[in-house]
Amino acid sequence: MTSGSIRRSFTTAAALAAVLFGSAASADPSPYQLNMQPGGSTWSHVPYELNNWSFGVCVVIGILVFGAMFIAMFRFRKSRGAVAEKWSHNTKLEIIWTTIPVIILITLAYFATGGITSWADTTGSQMTVKVTGYQWKWRYDYVDYLGKPISKVGFMSKLDTQSDQTRQLGSGMDPYAVKSGNESTYLLDVDKPLIVPVGTKIRFVITGADVIHSWWVPALGWKLDAIPGIVNAAWTNIKEPGIYRGQCAELCGQDHGFMPIVVVAKSKPDFARWLADEQAKANPPTAAPAPASTAAAPKTAQIAPTAGKPATVKQG
Amino acid sequence: MSHAATHDHHDDHHGAPKNFFQRWCMSTNHKDIGTLYLVFALVMFFIGGSFAMVIRAELFKPGLQLVQPYFFNQMTTLHALVMIFGAIMPAFVGLGNWMIPLMVGAPDMALPRMNNLSFWIMPFAFVLLLSTLFLPGGGPAGGWTMYPPLSLQSSSLAYVVFAIHLMGISSIMGAINIIATILNMRAPGMDLLKMPVFVWSWLITAFLLIAVMPVLAGAVTMLLTDKYFGTNFFNPGGGGDPVLYQHIFWFFGHPEVYIMILPAFGIISEVIPTFARKPIFGYKAMVFAIASIAFLSFIVWAHHMFAVGLPMGAEIFFMYATMLIAVPTGVKVFNWVSTMWGGSMTFETPMLFAIAFVILFTIGGFSGLMLALVPADFQYHDTYFVVAHFHYVLVTGALFAIISATYYWLPKWCGHMYSEFWGKMHFWNSVVWVNVLFFPQHFLGLAGMPRRIPDYNVAFANFNMISSIGGFLFGASQLIFLGVLIHAIWFSKNKATDRVWEGAKGLEWTVPSPAPFHTFDVPPVIRDEDLAHGHVND
Repeated sequence: MTSGSIRRSFTTAAALAAVLFGSAASADPSPYQLNMQPGGSTWSHVPYELNNWSFGVCVVIGILVFGAMFIAMFRFRKSRGAVAEKWSHNTKLEIIWTTIPVIILITLAYFATGGITSWADTTGSQMTVKVTGYQWKWRYDYVDYLGKPISKVGFMSKLDTQSDQTRQLGSGMDPYAVKSGNESTYLLDVDKPLIVPVGTKIRFVITGADVIHSWWVPALGWKLDAIPGIVNAAWTNIKEPGIYRGQCAELCGQDHGFMPIVVVAKSKPDFARWLADEQAKANPPTAAPAPASTAAAPKTAQIAPTAGKPATVKQG
Repeated sequence: MSHAATHDHHDDHHGAPKNFFQRWCMSTNHKDIGTLYLVFALVMFFIGGSFAMVIRAELFKPGLQLVQPYFFNQMTTLHALVMIFGAIMPAFVGLGNWMIPLMVGAPDMALPRMNNLSFWIMPFAFVLLLSTLFLPGGGPAGGWTMYPPLSLQSSSLAYVVFAIHLMGISSIMGAINIIATILNMRAPGMDLLKMPVFVWSWLITAFLLIAVMPVLAGAVTMLLTDKYFGTNFFNPGGGGDPVLYQHIFWFFGHPEVYIMILPAFGIISEVIPTFARKPIFGYKAMVFAIASIAFLSFIVWAHHMFAVGLPMGAEIFFMYATMLIAVPTGVKVFNWVSTMWGGSMTFETPMLFAIAFVILFTIGGFSGLMLALVPADFQYHDTYFVVAHFHYVLVTGALFAIISATYYWLPKWCGHMYSEFWGKMHFWNSVVWVNVLFFPQHFLGLAGMPRRIPDYNVAFANFNMISSIGGFLFGASQLIFLGVLIHAIWFSKNKATDRVWEGAKGLEWTVPSPAPFHTFDVPPVIRDEDLAHGHVND
């Protein structure tokens, strides 16, 4: 064991303790992470809690069923002189173990249904971002913010250079060396992240340009496919400023594993300043003549080319 | 070869043809064709397994060490196609071929020549499929689900589509044969509700196959015409819809999942009563549970598509329908446990695999229940949590049942006992390493690792390494299985009795071991106490 790997084991042990005892909630995956993260949006607790409750129900049922089975295997073995009984049905028992699961399922379904209806409600959003999946990068276009349309703010977002060099077959580079501050960001960092404000209901309209991708940031609690010809909609409302990382979650070709998603949530004033800067860059304040805007067009095109016809909007 | 020679062999009605080609290529005998299916499945199991070894080796640590991402995608795609269509399904058809006539007292399958054809299509289908690995452009790399538009970018699409057509034709013919055999060839007195649960499970599975294989054939044909003949079924640029493919595919795909597990339920329902020496608990409930699971399998397909942006009402409907499956599945598990309760159990290798099946398949069922909850599935979908889930139901479910069946009926097939010691070695190695292999994948998925990626963030390194070690050792453990089979068939001196197992009941145990080339030329007399489930009045 090298000193590096020993140090790594210590860090992982510390991270393990952090996960188990619930401190230092980080949106990044951590070594030996055992459970889903609670996430950082107003909705992300829904899948987390459903996950925990349904897991708990499974554990209890598992203990009862497997417990009965192990008792049976111990008590009714031929080597202990057990003699087989003849009965082969028991109506009362069969009714009980059909009914109890039904009641448990109805309870779980009730909570899950509530979660679906709140997730599907994209009304009342204060901001809209269009997300387009490409082989193998993402494009973000800012559509509107606080009721005002935003023009020409949009950019491509692809894997950071260091990860990209490290991930080449036979690069000889160490994935553990790819860091941003203290975080290990190998394959989870991009050149230009999506910047959004906290405390704002953000509506994402998601589509694909070539094949199907899936936009997934675990801390937001959901993933949604980016499909050519279809615009899907979902929303989030991030609680705390921070960096939230994710990955493409639908096989989209050879570099499917290499198109991460990074969402940077800023406070509302910081975001407003950032947005103003971007808008100023895209739309020079002096009444610009036509040639200037043409020059800026390739970088800031509002609508990404999608395959074929105008897309139909599907409500998530 | 001369016609006369062939004729001579057929005059001797109780012997197999001596000529190798005559015996195996021209066979119309259900036992020989069953053997062919089982050997084919075993070969495919090792080929598909070697693809899995490549996957686990590349995922052993972060960074790309061995293969390019595109080749990695070919491995995941072919691993799935080979294991599903080459290993699990042919193994069940082989078991059905061998055992269904013996269990219902029929002299052979109803359509023996079609039986030959439905087997001999398979090797050609897989030569076609696997040859793509050696062709320019490589094998299919868009996942076994072949979602367009991605699958339309593959240069091997036509090969894969025709291979799937061939497999589909084979499966449909096999299914027709099984239904015809069960409905027409039962010995007098073998009423439908006296049939072994394994036969029932195959009857229902065969109907599923006939219902959904044409749907798959249609879906992949539409891919083919989209790519080569200018249609736009799935191309939004021409007014098509990529999601339409997913609906059609999963309308096949979900019943397909049950095609791979219902015969396993049947096998476990044979093995557990034998080694518990007690009739199966709730025979009719078991049959009814299989039938209701089969019915429900047609109305849950979109639970594979919760993340495509379905309308809210559809997500709710498919969630409820999916959760409903837990009820009949639960009934089956409770009934297996109740069969053991009050029995007189011994733990030979088939029983060990059957018990492992009940526990580990149930764990796969638990994660299935969690996946059914739409909001939670938004997180689980397309992560390693799903990979862990379906490997629990397919490896420790379907595969363990097939292995259990092999140990259970092997003495009847070859006339010799296998080595119980090495059988148990195989069991304990398999059951330990399969959990080291797949259990940590739950954690990887929950922590956020997507599936079908060749490389990952360093946070996922520990569990991936553990999983890979489990994978290598699970793979190696299957070589023990191969050894046990070779020993039992060619080297074992330990002759099997006709009954083989003390608690074995059913017609297949009334014929000699090994089962003669032709059995039940004269229909057997059915006595209820010979049947596995005794007097059924409930």
